[in-house]
Amino acid sequence: MATSAIALSAALPSPAAQAKPAALIDTNVSLSRWPFRRCPLDDTPALVAKLRAHGVTQAWAGTFDALLHKDLTTANARLADECARHGKGLLLPIGAINPTLPDWETDLRRCAEVHQMRGVRLHPNYHGYKLGDPLFGRFLAAATDRGLLVQIALVMEDDRTQLALAKAAPTDTAPLPALLKKFPGARVQLLNAFRTLRGKPVLDLAAVGVRFEIATLESVEGAGNLLKQLPPDRLCFGSHAPFYYFESAKLKLQESDLTPAQRAALTHDNARKLLNS
Amino acid sequence: MAMIWDLHCHLSGVDGKTPEKRMAQLITIAGRMGIERLCVYMGMPWARDPSPEDLRRENDQVLQAIGKFPDRTFGFVYLNPKHVEASLAELERCVANGPMVGVKLWVAHRCSGPELDPIIQRAAELKAVIFQHTWFNVTGNLPGESTPLELVALARRHPNTPIICGHTGGDWELGLRAIRGQRNLYADLAGSEPVAGYTEMAVRELGAGRVLYGSDAGGRSFSSQLGKVFGANIPESAKKLILGENLKRLMTPILKAKGIKV
Ligand SMILES: [Zn+2]
Repeated sequence: MATSAIALSAALPSPAAQAKPAALIDTNVSLSRWPFRRCPLDDTPALVAKLRAHGVTQAWAGTFDALLHKDLTTANARLADECARHGKGLLLPIGAINPTLPDWETDLRRCAEVHQMRGVRLHPNYHGYKLGDPLFGRFLAAATDRGLLVQIALVMEDDRTQLALAKAAPTDTAPLPALLKKFPGARVQLLNAFRTLRGKPVLDLAAVGVRFEIATLESVEGAGNLLKQLPPDRLCFGSHAPFYYFESAKLKLQESDLTPAQRAALTHDNARKLLNS
Repeated sequence: MAMIWDLHCHLSGVDGKTPEKRMAQLITIAGRMGIERLCVYMGMPWARDPSPEDLRRENDQVLQAIGKFPDRTFGFVYLNPKHVEASLAELERCVANGPMVGVKLWVAHRCSGPELDPIIQRAAELKAVIFQHTWFNVTGNLPGESTPLELVALARRHPNTPIICGHTGGDWELGLRAIRGQRNLYADLAGSEPVAGYTEMAVRELGAGRVLYGSDAGGRSFSSQLGKVFGANIPESAKKLILGENLKRLMTPILKAKGIKV
């Protein structure tokens, strides 16, 4: 009798655990408008409501305006304002930098000093440079000096379905491992990486400290299988909402048979460490 | 909880040395997602332009895979319209005289040609569910890869035969437009990025009765493809149709004919 009561109570979550739902950090969302279609949740309050309804406790938000706008200065100001206005305590603004623009350094400074952003996001395939170009090295040095997290979106959509007029080939990460050895303090996370990256290149990038997120991770049990291969702190939760249905990423937590430690790492621990390291 | 039947699975992207082991693995993972039934087609490895021998080998592997799990799986026979006689023979072997209930046509040959007609006719007589892969690929289709418009041309010649437009052309904003006027064509949601708005547009343009959930597992995850339905802003009744009821309705004639109870 006593034994079974103990067994039963051990199986139930403690009252403290019940009261405080686990954190869920979405490292890959975007605000404003996708340039080629209206997304059902491209209105910030609607996106915030969706994220909150699914238990997201923090979301790192870039802006779709980054893709085709030249005036990223105001795009970043709007992003910061939108996060403050509609996403208090939830949305963390991640400014956009285009290092091919004149005086991108001022954008970087404003992201860090004026908007108090913790990270910035790059779109090399829309901005027309390669990760082997010297300008990317200069950007990485400046961002690292400021202690900013650098998110690089390798793709934003399947290149097979792009508008013929606006084809952006996936960003090639081949130069990254060698470059990152020169910047040991750099914190780099690749977004939407797994449409094009699989196998050894992923492991090579992980070996030099690169982080990933699961929005484009496919194949059955994808998260569980990848966690077995990577160092434990490399994979974060990310949805690419509102471009993707948020539910796609959320269901991946159910599709793999994760240990409690893996689940904690994937849902929040790894993102927290990445942001605060 | 809605009944979920997955229209579109393969024996790839999952561990296991034999078809049975891979099938078992897929069923276990699908079970975590509440998926009751899996339609499976093509072998390991698969051929894009299968010879008659390839067809027999791949279909044998599917027979092996579904043989062990008759309550959880349905087999579709893989055919190649470049080999009409061999395809018709496989149709007899695997569907008329075997346990399979559908037909899979992939990227060996464009589907608008007259070679397709005897295959579609015989499949329709057998009440088999017919699935044709399609894409509108802005970077270029494979030489034998059909577009939804080519499938419309085929479907017009067989107006009373339901045919499933695989992937809805991948570029669904084009694919849904292409097939919306051809009432015997159905949209397969499987095997593309979980881009928000897809399912809403499918329901708007075709009606929920012509939209089918499928995953393209194991290469795709069940999650990304289920997310298209769970995450869509459509009525619960539409979700039920898409997740399983439509496929069950399409399959009912052949299941009845074969005496398969579900
Ligand atoms: Zn497929």
